Amino acid sequence: MAYEFTKEDLREIEKIKAKYPEVMPATLPTLWVAQRRFGHVEPEVQRLVAETLGLPEAHVHGVANFYTQYYKEKKGKHVLDVCTCLSCQLCGGYEILHHLEETLGIKAGDTTEDGTFTLNQVECLGACGYAPMLQVTNDKYVNHLTKEKADELVDKLKNGEEPDYEQMKMPQHKNI
Amino acid sequence: MSTVDWKNYTPVLLPDIKDLHKIDVYIKNGGYKALKSVLTDKKSWDGPKAVIEEVKSANIRGRGGAGFNAGLKWSFMPPADGGPRYLACNGDESEPGTFKDRKIFEYNPHVFIEGALIAAYAMEITTIYVYIRGEYKTYIDMVENAIADAYNKGYIGKNIFGSDFSVDFYVHSGAGAYICGEETSMLESLEGKRGYPRVKPPFPAQKGLWGRPTTINNVETLSHVTGVINNGAEWFSGIGAKTHPGPVLYGISGHVNNPGVYELPSGIPVLDLIEIAGGMRNGKKLKAVIPGGSSTPILRADQLDGITMDSDSLRTVGSMLGTAGMVVMDEDTDIVDVLWRISHFYHHESCGQCTPCREGTGWLEKILLKIKNGDGEVRDLDLLLDVTTQMEGRTICALADAAAWPVRFTINRFRDEFEARCKKKSHAVA
Repeated sequence: MAYEFTKEDLREIEKIKAKYPEVMPATLPTLWVAQRRFGHVEPEVQRLVAETLGLPEAHVHGVANFYTQYYKEKKGKHVLDVCTCLSCQLCGGYEILHHLEETLGIKAGDTTEDGTFTLNQVECLGACGYAPMLQVTNDKYVNHLTKEKADELVDKLKNGEEPDYEQMKMPQHKNI
Repeated sequence: MSTVDWKNYTPVLLPDIKDLHKIDVYIKNGGYKALKSVLTDKKSWDGPKAVIEEVKSANIRGRGGAGFNAGLKWSFMPPADGGPRYLACNGDESEPGTFKDRKIFEYNPHVFIEGALIAAYAMEITTIYVYIRGEYKTYIDMVENAIADAYNKGYIGKNIFGSDFSVDFYVHSGAGAYICGEETSMLESLEGKRGYPRVKPPFPAQKGLWGRPTTINNVETLSHVTGVINNGAEWFSGIGAKTHPGPVLYGISGHVNNPGVYELPSGIPVLDLIEIAGGMRNGKKLKAVIPGGSSTPILRADQLDGITMDSDSLRTVGSMLGTAGMVVMDEDTDIVDVLWRISHFYHHESCGQCTPCREGTGWLEKILLKIKNGDGEVRDLDLLLDVTTQMEGRTICALADAAAWPVRFTINRFRDEFEARCKKKSHAVA
């Protein structure tokens, strides 16, 4: 399959390039544009990014491979990144991970047969006070997880609903 | 004991004001007054150097973990030569236990933007980048909106407040790599490359982004600048611990009742901070605390009497303030499991550039896994300690040290628990 950026993407990429004195710094943000467009940055997509920016394909490939958030292969429609790092480990992150493994019938790192879910175990996501938690497809955080809340999330995503943005308040305050 | 009066403290960085992230609400609450003052009030501010001197004497110690005087760091910038100069704001925030800067992005982004603009003026900087970890997509959008609002008001861009100071301000999103919080790795990532830390010297002030003078400051550090300009250096240095002054965003997580981010003065007793966070969950006893992110040495409960959250006090018991992201562990915590998980993190995040780190972090994790699974021997503990000494100080950046310290100090402070997990046969040498 030949990948192509839309006109809108190309305009966005031009805007990105204007932020920097050189073209190379546009590599990371352009990979983001590509991943949002195609759902992944497989080698074919990396080639498109390289050609669009006029940079060596090897450079784009090297960058894509260094950063964990770029999907170097196709993933499920929803990627559940469950944090199991320090604070989440202490507060039951592994229990949530294992529960989701059971519910979805896959192991961490795998994708369900119907391509709906990919389940990952990830490193600290910077939500330590709201542990255990997970991130949905590089976007929303779902905090203070319980098995029930994880099940609700899976159902919600299956029904085509998006997870809500959860505002985590400062415990010493009333308004924020 | 500490004499810090935290009970009467009212937050200034993250005050309890609804919708403060909206620029009009921020302005109504005194926002952008500090920026206007340094740019237009020539009686109070005799040029950029005067701003640097004020910030230097406030003694804002870097909130990213290293604790270096921010104003002093600014003074390392060479004289302006008409070419581009950069400020790179570090919002990568990836050290396990740390989740404070996201609160600034969410609740008060303009206090950070204003502080960064003042820093840019003080160092005659032409472009500001804020590097935010890619996982914080929600907060990246928020900061981008806030920056766009500030552009619209004329606080960013050409001839700000009619002065001859002009600056641009951009967000650069990361894409998942702890190492990019290391300042030179962050510069590489900003330049569009793999985040391999650079050899220093040259330091970023001499050769930073695209070979030009660059200063890197943590987001919370820059946010404090706004308050220092508004209220004066003496106000700031009068808050909290004398040698590590000012408000601190404490991120408290683990086995407490009310985890979250708290803004309080530096130098609060560790045990008081646990009480502030609602005390221990389920009435359990405290076992240990990691005071400032996973790389800061763990402290046993019996080491904490009279210890306060500032670098001097924590040093007396062999730890550090780090990012003030405190992880609290109760009596049921399996310390061997915890240390293995920390080592797994550093192994995963080692960029692989330096051999002692790339290999060392792998060995630490592997040996700890063996011990965790009950297959370890007591001599493995000494092997672990030996590996740490071969990592520390032998690499380009501090990730190897950050990986080695938890292993060294956790084994030293909980040796009995590690030995209890090891096979008994290793004692039978004869």
